[in-house]
Amino acid sequence: MSVQDAAAPTKAASTIGTPVRRVEDKRLLQGQGTFSDDVWMKRMGYVHFVRSPHAHARIGDIDVARAEAMEGVYATLTGAEVEAMTEPFMQIAPEPGSRMEDYALAVGKVRFVGEPVVAVLAETRALARDAAEAVEVEYELLEAVVDSLATLSPTAPVLHETIGKNIGYQDTYAWGDIDWALEHADHVVSIDKLHFHRFSSTPLECNAAVVNWDRGTDVIEVRSNNQMPQFAAMFISPAIGMPTSKLHFVSQDIGGAFGLKITSYPTIAACMLLSRKAGRPVKWTEYRSEAVTASAHGNERTFTDIKVPVMADGTILGFDVKAYDDAGAFMRYEPLGGVIWSQVAPGCYRLKHLRVEYTQVLTNKCPCGPNRGYSRLQHLWMIERIVDIVAHELGFDPVELRKKNYPQADEYPYETPNGCFYDSGDLPRMLDLGLELADYDGWRTRQAELKESGGGKRIGIGIGSTLDSGTNNFGQARLVNEHLPFSGNGEAAHVKLDLYGEIAVNLGSSPQGQGHETTAAQTVGEILGVAPTDIHVKAGYDTASHAYVGFSGTYASQFAVTGLGAAIGAAEKLRDEIRLVAATALGATPDEIELADGVAGVRGDEERAIPFIGIANLVYTNVAALPPEVADAVSLNCRYVYRPPFEIPDIETKTGELTLTYAAQIHVAVVEIDEETGHTEILKYVAIDECGRRINPQIVEGQVHGAAAHGIGAALHESFVYDEESGQLLSGNFYDYHAATAVDVPLLLTGEIECPSPRSPNGAKGMGEGGGAPLSTLCAAFQDALGAGGAVVTDTHNPSERVWRLLRERSDAPRPVEVVSR
Amino acid sequence: MNDPETTHLVEVQINGERYERAVQARELLVHFIRDTLALKGTHIGCDTGNCGACTVLVDGQPMKSCMMLAVQADGLSLETVESLSPAGEELSDLQKAFNDQHAVQCGWCTPGMLMQAKALLERDPDPDVETIRRTLKGNICRCTGYVNIVRAVQQAAGQDVSAGIQQEARA
Repeated sequence: MSVQDAAAPTKAASTIGTPVRRVEDKRLLQGQGTFSDDVWMKRMGYVHFVRSPHAHARIGDIDVARAEAMEGVYATLTGAEVEAMTEPFMQIAPEPGSRMEDYALAVGKVRFVGEPVVAVLAETRALARDAAEAVEVEYELLEAVVDSLATLSPTAPVLHETIGKNIGYQDTYAWGDIDWALEHADHVVSIDKLHFHRFSSTPLECNAAVVNWDRGTDVIEVRSNNQMPQFAAMFISPAIGMPTSKLHFVSQDIGGAFGLKITSYPTIAACMLLSRKAGRPVKWTEYRSEAVTASAHGNERTFTDIKVPVMADGTILGFDVKAYDDAGAFMRYEPLGGVIWSQVAPGCYRLKHLRVEYTQVLTNKCPCGPNRGYSRLQHLWMIERIVDIVAHELGFDPVELRKKNYPQADEYPYETPNGCFYDSGDLPRMLDLGLELADYDGWRTRQAELKESGGGKRIGIGIGSTLDSGTNNFGQARLVNEHLPFSGNGEAAHVKLDLYGEIAVNLGSSPQGQGHETTAAQTVGEILGVAPTDIHVKAGYDTASHAYVGFSGTYASQFAVTGLGAAIGAAEKLRDEIRLVAATALGATPDEIELADGVAGVRGDEERAIPFIGIANLVYTNVAALPPEVADAVSLNCRYVYRPPFEIPDIETKTGELTLTYAAQIHVAVVEIDEETGHTEILKYVAIDECGRRINPQIVEGQVHGAAAHGIGAALHESFVYDEESGQLLSGNFYDYHAATAVDVPLLLTGEIECPSPRSPNGAKGMGEGGGAPLSTLCAAFQDALGAGGAVVTDTHNPSERVWRLLRERSDAPRPVEVVSR
Repeated sequence: MNDPETTHLVEVQINGERYERAVQARELLVHFIRDTLALKGTHIGCDTGNCGACTVLVDGQPMKSCMMLAVQADGLSLETVESLSPAGEELSDLQKAFNDQHAVQCGWCTPGMLMQAKALLERDPDPDVETIRRTLKGNICRCTGYVNIVRAVQQAAGQDVSAGIQQEARA
């Protein structure tokens, strides 16, 4: 049942689709939010981690005696203790990647710079840091490898001896018949190599937790900013031998996460062990340099041997590619990324013949976490580069080539070659809107004028088309490991009428700034006939009081579908209970009852009505006044689990519905390049978004802005660069990393179309990750500025220096692109 | 831990209230504000002075409180985000503008942004967009892309937010 149907009998004005001001804001604007570091407990100690200064080394003797002797030091924890007390975390990978041994602290070896080796707990932050300095660790240095391709060499140092090679996962994904297509195409465009660089959305709040083992109940309370607590619990429980029922996760406010706070579970587990050992609450607040060096990075991916069959009319038939995804030193959420890209296998295009030989490599670098746009943005960028390079090499107009190859509006739901359904959309219309907003024709004229007049400046205009697939079918995990008992998805919500008739909601999600309290209040209010301001959506998340399922959390662009789907179901259950009680009290039938402004009344008879407080009274404190069959049928505490209608994908053919909804982004950028310095100025940036029915357009626009800023920052400034020899991270703090500032992000222009999803309970599509559109868009703009026949843009990261080099590439330099026409 | 050679007595005025405390010589002002006084509104987002989440006003000037020692605040007057609308009071015009323009997502940078913006509007009540962007350069936000924060400062300055920044298109 849709929101509209449910709301039909109510009178309250709908707020769905309107920019209701966020209810979360007041506390955040007054400095009254409660984040993990805002929790202080009696007898609490502060933890500081001794971290590896080396990229690859064998751990020798560890001496904690001097640290433990310091006054105010409560306890230390070493890898050897962790190995004795715990099992390695479970691995998602099949053999041989499953043999990886990942512990809460380094055991035996260190495999990346910053890896935690020893934990020290002390009375103050500063003392813990001092004591950590006093810990002596002997290392026997080993050769490190940080290059994604060199790590595959038979002579490369092996990170994990239990695996025996630096490959965590490998498989070939093929649909259609790419060999046939390459044989029969009019042109075959080959691209040697494309490189998607390593960066991260670096949430401004670092990882943090206050962890307290209660000796009396043996419950461990974790007040953390982990964004997927059930996933964390499922990993931690078997490792430390505690039932999930005794792992009590709580979060209120979280200072951004972007997927990177999913894989904080090893460090949280270390804090649990330390709390148990010391018998004290443990506060962990990561420093920025630790977060940048050693928490989680976004995946780097290198594409080689790309072959693209193209017909004379511009129809692109598909592609053949080898993809090397670099997970860093441990797998953690991986190799789920090894299949997640295939949610958008053909990108925004009607490509029929696809083959991806996918290899996940291991290197002596920080492990990865599912960073905003996870695994799809790398793949989508590769496809956008393909389309753009094909246009330049074969002389097609980049706008017309895209439009020709997009699915057309009447083709939705569009089935991809691997059995996914793009639920709704209209990419050609989005592109037209983007070009209009950007004044595309005007800039083309200006570009030509500038070319004529010279003056040391060039203009480039780029287009990026990407998808944000939302609401995962976790059955796709079986495509990377057939033994994983995962499938489907779900989210839970609980809506109740409280003692005096107040409406209270709690959610299974753990938001990090996405405004769930507001959109849930809009959604529940719509169904129960009250204003969003009269609904109390409990802030944050708590396993002790909130409804949840195994996949609960805030990640992967799904709340608008799963979270609100659960809120709709729970509110409808409560509405039906209220109607039943009201009908009993008023001598009517439930379908005669309508809810409006906190009152349940008989339609058309203003005299016969009962306020919600009266309903609550009858159920909670006056229950003998109700007929037993009614009293037994209601609780006014309504839990609902939303379950998307998924089936288990086919493992053999690697096909099936992998995600429920597909939001789309079309970005258009105009850049001006200084030919002397390579400095790039973004003159115009337009982001067109389509995410189905928008529950709160202001929140949607905020997500569009944020996702665009991450992509722009990554494309021009942000990069994790490792020294090839030493394996040291060269951009290990915010000075060197240069997170995008207010002057780096242009004033974005946004526009949207709405194509309601036929698949979701409210017409909405999950959104927020944004598909990494700016990376594609800015590369296309650079390519446009370079012109046909010139240098080819093959890297996502194009700071001034790289642009300068591209401008100066010699015309006789070997080109990374080749065209064979027949 | 209370070694007299490393401990100093400081007296600071914060949000109109006088505090006298013994602090460690090496204690950062931001840790003093957060851990000692439990004024949790001031945040920490980096350890290199880049992000500005810890921005407070020191004698009216915006300062990154992670770049000052607590002892350096001795005798000074500080304002933190908690001063903008004391308990029970409505949001200030600047805070309301942040709410209206959806300039808050996760809320981590927000206290620093507000204090920086407050200082800007006090010295330049009608800043142009470029001035706003340059002023906020030392305050990193990872959620909003800054667009709505710039709009919020414009609204607080009584400017037409749509002018020169953003047109929305509907197809």
